[in-house]
Amino acid sequence: MIELEGLTKRYGEKVAVNNLSFAVRPGMVTGFLGPNGAGKSTTMRMILGLDRPTAGDVRIDGTHYDRLKDPLTYIGALLDAKAVHGGRSAFNHLLCLAQSNGIPRARVHEVLDTVGLTPVARKKAKGFSLGMGQRLGIAGALLGDPRILMFDEPVNGLDPEGIHWIRTLMKSLAAQGRTVFVSSHLMSEMALTADHLVVIGQGRLLADTSMADFIQRNSRTYVRVRTPQPEQLSDVLAAAGITVLRTGDGAFEVDGGKAEHIGELAARHQVVLHELSPQQASLEEAFMRLTAESVEYHAHSGAGDVPAARAWGEGWKGEG
Amino acid sequence: MAAAQVVRSEWTKIRSVASTVWTLSLAVVVTVALGILISLLSRHEFDNLSRTERLSFDPTFVSFAGMSLGQLAMIVFGVLVVSNEYSTGMIRTSLAAVPQRGTFLFSKLAVATALAFGVGLATSFVTFFLGQAMLGEHRAAIGDPGVLRAVIGGGLYMTLIAVFSMGIAAILRGPLLSLGILMPFFFLISNILGNVGATEKVGRYLPDQAGSSIMRVVTPVDDDTPYGPWGGLGIMALWVLAALLGGFLSLKKRDA
Ligand SMILES: Nc1ncnc2c1ncn2[C@@H]1O[C@H](COP(=O)(O)OP(=O)(O)OP(=O)(O)O)[C@@H](O)[C@H]1O
Ligand SMILES: [Mg+2]
Repeated sequence: MIELEGLTKRYGEKVAVNNLSFAVRPGMVTGFLGPNGAGKSTTMRMILGLDRPTAGDVRIDGTHYDRLKDPLTYIGALLDAKAVHGGRSAFNHLLCLAQSNGIPRARVHEVLDTVGLTPVARKKAKGFSLGMGQRLGIAGALLGDPRILMFDEPVNGLDPEGIHWIRTLMKSLAAQGRTVFVSSHLMSEMALTADHLVVIGQGRLLADTSMADFIQRNSRTYVRVRTPQPEQLSDVLAAAGITVLRTGDGAFEVDGGKAEHIGELAARHQVVLHELSPQQASLEEAFMRLTAESVEYHAHSGAGDVPAARAWGEGWKGEG
Repeated sequence: MAAAQVVRSEWTKIRSVASTVWTLSLAVVVTVALGILISLLSRHEFDNLSRTERLSFDPTFVSFAGMSLGQLAMIVFGVLVVSNEYSTGMIRTSLAAVPQRGTFLFSKLAVATALAFGVGLATSFVTFFLGQAMLGEHRAAIGDPGVLRAVIGGGLYMTLIAVFSMGIAAILRGPLLSLGILMPFFFLISNILGNVGATEKVGRYLPDQAGSSIMRVVTPVDDDTPYGPWGGLGIMALWVLAALLGGFLSLKKRDA
């Protein structure tokens, strides 16, 4: 269990993390979602005591990180896969971590095996591919067999096989009753792995909800219809008591409507259809809508602009 | 967190990177080779020396002449031991494993210091004996008064140079910045300050100038240095303590 209370981090003028309070519970994967610069990595660094909070508090199983005896046996983290000395072999990298926390040498071989790096254990880390580096970082996180695991964007830059491997790993760790806290800026990725969601934007908490709830609230199903006779179709549908939404490109969106029903109506009234397709609004859109609201300055956002498109990059633009 | 665990871990770290081997080997080779060369040259020059110069001739100190260059490799060793953590990003992994920053830093320093002392002491003895062999009839013997102190002192001097560099690197973090300040300082600035009349009195309180007095056996004829060999080493030790304190505070206070 990780508990944050009013956690705040300021870098000079910049408020990177703003009064965050939430708890990460065991037995499930908690997704930590936010656009670039939202403050995910900063929050994770504070959890590990690497950065000092400007205000607020964070506890691991009720204790401050620097009070944990052999912390790697409580919480294992992968923050940055490149945070290794490239001249050191994978084995020695893990060995020095193990020794510092009183973890037996045999465990190093075990985790190397788990992540599939045994054949290159004696090779220098600087020769590793992105995926191998990520696996080494994960081996380091698993080293102390901790009850809590934390990963900062673990699938970044991985190929589909690597992504699948990490997804499966996280789910199985949670199924063993462990606390799994994983950050991402891809809602679609989280939808596949996370049971719980914490969304932040501009350092502030935007949502702390179960994944199922989030999907239920945000997944809108509709039917998309295109026709060269928009006036007729709109009359026909109105007569049948179906409300439509006209989109910019001359198409209709019919909320909750059945495609079959609309097709039959059109046929009966001899309206030509060019498209009739059931749609589901993506969670990605829901996520972007959510985080776009956190952007303070919607500078010159003209009518019809997609707020999310404008929001992208607001977090880091102009910070140099 | 048991400090012994962290010391073991730091030992694994230091022995598993190539920079440890090449910096320390370079320190040995350069110090010894240059010591031999300068001892050999001094033997041939001896007959051309004036009377006062002959009275000031210090065969022990002459054999340590290679240290002026060999210490630069010790500086690189000290800097890399600490700043490798920062330049590779390993520091975050390290501090996540050992969040007690004092324990982390002093375990690292203890291991690196012990290694530097072992190598420094061996270098000092080897360079002394080979240097004396080159000096022929002008040589000093290890049993002569003050000579053993000077030879052990040579090992201590090299160690302190390395530890001072570790402290500075802990303050400055980056290897380039640390080396960019330490190398010219010890190779040029300190020498200039120590040899120009106007700044000599200040220059001799600099760490290397003060510390190297531990390797002197014969006091130069018109010498007015206000401290003895151990006093000089003490002054150097104070510099080292200050650097370590700065490094500790910097690590303690700043975000990793
Ligand atoms: N050491 C630092 N000094 C100054 N500003 C910082 C520092 N670290 C982070 N920031 C700023 O704090 C904000 C949050 O950064 P952080 O890296 O935590 O975001 P993130 O959510 O991890 O983003 P990303 O998805 O791009 O990894 C950013 O605006 C960033 O520029
Ligand atoms: Mg990040």
